[in-house]
Amino acid sequence: MIFLAIWLAKLPFKTVLFRSLIEIPFVLFAFLMPFFGTGDSFEVLGVTIYEAGVLAGLSIIAKGTLGILTAILLSSTTTARELLRGLERLRIPSLIIQIATFMLRYMNVVNDEMERMRIARASRGFEATGVQHWRVLGQSAGALFIRSYERGERVHLAMISRGYQGLMPQDAKVKTNATELLLGLALPILASIISVTTFAIGQ
Amino acid sequence: MSNFSLQVKELAYAYPDGHQALFGVNLELRRGERVALLGPNGAGKTTLVMHLNGIIPTMQGSVSVAGQVVKADDKELLTEIRHKVGIVFQDPDDQLFMPTVGEDVAFGPYNAGLRGPELEDAVKNALDLVGMYEFLDRPPHHLSFGQRRRVAVATVLAMKPEILVMDEPSSNLDPASRRELADIVRSLDVTLLMVTHDLPFAYELCERSVILSGGVIVADGSTESILKNSDLLSANRLELPKGFAL
Repeated sequence: MIFLAIWLAKLPFKTVLFRSLIEIPFVLFAFLMPFFGTGDSFEVLGVTIYEAGVLAGLSIIAKGTLGILTAILLSSTTTARELLRGLERLRIPSLIIQIATFMLRYMNVVNDEMERMRIARASRGFEATGVQHWRVLGQSAGALFIRSYERGERVHLAMISRGYQGLMPQDAKVKTNATELLLGLALPILASIISVTTFAIGQ
Repeated sequence: MSNFSLQVKELAYAYPDGHQALFGVNLELRRGERVALLGPNGAGKTTLVMHLNGIIPTMQGSVSVAGQVVKADDKELLTEIRHKVGIVFQDPDDQLFMPTVGEDVAFGPYNAGLRGPELEDAVKNALDLVGMYEFLDRPPHHLSFGQRRRVAVATVLAMKPEILVMDEPSSNLDPASRRELADIVRSLDVTLLMVTHDLPFAYELCERSVILSGGVIVADGSTESILKNSDLLSANRLELPKGFAL
């Protein structure tokens, strides 16, 4: 089902595969699970394999892969801005949305600042090679915090100068229509039908 | 209606740590006037600007905008004042805090109560004034510094301010962006107070200049007469660029 959705979204297969690689460290332990455990067991090529471990391992891999694929699908079809708008309409507290919005806006600014500091360090012959340099890196991080804090204050000044009173503008332009709603619900509904059916058959 | 966009009378201010920044500033701006506020670093220019829309509450003396006295404890009045005094800060990254240019320009008018088509018109007009309408849906960090500065001006223009206050508008701009900004400023029909160290820029745009030094206004006159007075300039750590003559 998720593959169908990915195919419908016209995502390049390579990108999806590449981005899925992030899953590997997390499911590594799932591969080890069959070899340790208790209860029913059988032997393959002289190695003891536990049934419960196999099931648990497979279920972790399945859940993990599904989760990752869904996340990839969402992040590559929806911009961060739209995601925030969506959350806003789902009535997530506005404070959290504001924090996320500012994070989105200032991530690049802070990143640039960090990069400038790194270049400034390197230009004066600094190279972080070992523990003895952590002090300098720590001080840089501290300076970055202070700079960001001060920028926060300046941004706040700019905001109240333009009449900020605690609420961000919300645009009521976007309205969900029935088709979009159905389309969005299609996948969860289909999944529920399948799981209910298999459960019924299994009884 | 008062003929003055801005009247500052005997304004004095000391920071909570005891450091006194302003010692009785007197300044009047007529409607439509463009005035450069010159002065060395640490002269109190920013402190003065922060008083104009009540971000720093007035301790002694008074500030009035279009005849209304700024009182920091009157919230409703303060909201009104902040829509009349548009401050363009020095670093556009501080000013542009919304995810897209359009939303940022809409921020001020939205807070003033505009909605729907009116809001869109206000955004379009302001961005047209600075020639940035085509960048409506772009995130600010994808723009060049000069473009961001122009959008920052638009965010303030969208509020249709009585008086526009610009803090170092020409800093960090390449010569072409600087000239473009000058053209934009010249095309605006608004009272302007421009804080700057860029004396040729002040000469280009402002008929009148004041020098703030040591927390008081030490000179007030035509920009030409002030820039020609080299003793006055050097006493206040101001210098014309080499080779620049009036």
